[in-house]
Amino acid sequence: MTATATIAPATGSPGGGRPRRHYGTHLFLVTMAVMWLVPLLWTLYTSLRPKAVTDKYGYWSLHGSINLDNFTAAWTQGGMATYFGNTLLITVPSVVLTLVLASMMAFAVSRFSWKFNLTLLVLFTAGNMLPPQVLAAPLFEMFKNTPLPYSISSSGTLLDTYYAVIAVEVAFQLGFCTFVLANYMKALPGGLTEAAQVDGASVWQQYSRIILPLSRPALAALGTLEVVWLYNDYFWPLLFIHSGDRLPITTGITNLQGQFLLDYNMIAAGATITVIPTLVVYLALQRHFVAGLTLGASKD
Amino acid sequence: MSVMPQTTLPSAAAAPADVSVPPARSGRVRRLSGRDRLVLGLMVGLPTLIQVVLVWIPTLLSVGLSFTKWNGLNLADIRPAGLSNYTYAAQEYPPFWPAVAHNIIWLAFLALVATPIGLLLAVLLDQKIRGTRLYQSIFFTPVMLSMVMVGIIWQLVYARNEGLLNNLLGTAGTPGAVDWFGDSDVNLWAALVATTWRHAGYIMVLYLAGLKGIDPSLREAAALDGANAWQMFFRVVFPVMRPINIVIVVITIIEALRAFDIVYLINKGTNGLELLSVLVIQNLVGVGQVIGVGSALAVILLVISLGPIVYYLVRTFRRAD
Repeated sequence: MTATATIAPATGSPGGGRPRRHYGTHLFLVTMAVMWLVPLLWTLYTSLRPKAVTDKYGYWSLHGSINLDNFTAAWTQGGMATYFGNTLLITVPSVVLTLVLASMMAFAVSRFSWKFNLTLLVLFTAGNMLPPQVLAAPLFEMFKNTPLPYSISSSGTLLDTYYAVIAVEVAFQLGFCTFVLANYMKALPGGLTEAAQVDGASVWQQYSRIILPLSRPALAALGTLEVVWLYNDYFWPLLFIHSGDRLPITTGITNLQGQFLLDYNMIAAGATITVIPTLVVYLALQRHFVAGLTLGASKD
Repeated sequence: MSVMPQTTLPSAAAAPADVSVPPARSGRVRRLSGRDRLVLGLMVGLPTLIQVVLVWIPTLLSVGLSFTKWNGLNLADIRPAGLSNYTYAAQEYPPFWPAVAHNIIWLAFLALVATPIGLLLAVLLDQKIRGTRLYQSIFFTPVMLSMVMVGIIWQLVYARNEGLLNNLLGTAGTPGAVDWFGDSDVNLWAALVATTWRHAGYIMVLYLAGLKGIDPSLREAAALDGANAWQMFFRVVFPVMRPINIVIVVITIIEALRAFDIVYLINKGTNGLELLSVLVIQNLVGVGQVIGVGSALAVILLVISLGPIVYYLVRTFRRAD
């Protein structure tokens, strides 16, 4: 807390003319940064050490060789390729459908005035904020009682299918995306579509040729955010999918824990593999991700 | 409030607050042709249908089921039960009050520790300070991870003999070694520390975006008037940040009510880690499903959540009306 007092004066030198030495701040920030990095580095280090080495020297040691054996073992024995494939099958359609539906809804509520547009926007936004557990029982029972031909679903119902997960992911994310996109589209000049309308452009053309292309930055931000969120989602697949080989990675990784009981090196390797795609997105698209997060919060 | 300047988004996203022109309206619906109205109807109807069927009807069904007795097997077996599920939860169901207490502790910890750490980091990193981008990236990294990954990573830190923490404390391998996620006296706090690791970075990013949107002339004027650091923050910055402050309060409350993944990962939310959200699921999927009790717990969670949700919606949409 002393750090605040030491460094805060800098906030008061907007010109930045006087050079400031932020020793206190840096000491605090370096300490925090180390605390933030240590769990990640510990996981990485553990994952690189063979079990035999840690059994011999203990986990708290610098002795012994390091290699990638745990990674190959976790990948093959854990069946992680299947989990990643399942994640892809759920995430891609969910994100695409969410963005398509949300952009249409946002277009309709932000560019036209009609009786219930604000009511609907409020309901959409509220839906996204509910704890998912509130809807769990009815959704589970609804899906259990929705018959599907056995050619599509081995359970004969919507349970244990990707359709169930995708449908609920889309419904749950629609609210947030609609809210963000509606704010974005509202801020686009009204003259754009008015001029097009005078020229005889249909509603669909206004949406697809004018508003959608102009919303690309917001769509990119939301797309990145949603990919990461759906990749990270644990709850809905946990509730709906019961065959172990159909789980996506974030839900499936918890199976590895049981499988590699007490083999912390393997668990660490599995965790590291799971984190890699997120880190790739992070490094490549961090700006979009942060923009997506702040877009949702920055509206007043 | 505007978006972070380093983002690629044009300022259009931030415009609603700054622009005084009324929101774009390319026309009243009744001026449109029949075909256009059909297209518009579909654009609204399809998402609304999905939202109603998969979010709002289930929510209402939860309320309905909470007044019934049902084992979840046959729809014909649903029996009305009045308020008995609620009285059972409050008076006879052993984990109920511990779960309520844990949810309150969870909220208090986020509000008093995790969120303030995020705010402090944001305020510190908003200065012209060397390496601010690097610091931001480090604190932000856990935000990219799922709570499941956070739980697994911290399990490696907390493990009794193999974990980093006990090795640092020198207790690993001794009888005094604490099983941080296993011991019901400490596991709630251990889970909260792990949660903070992610939550603080999230708050930092949101607040930092808000801070960057503050008009610099405000601070210049305050500095000319001789405001010190505390005055600058509490009298100038904090009041201007009101919209973001509200978002952060709401996010903190909602996150505390939604907490589920990490405790479910650790021990399915038992032995010191009971939370309302987990009890809902335990009553729905376990042996001898008691849908009524699970739904009653879900409704309690819903009613508590509606507080911050309604507050946020009123604040957000009042101006738009």
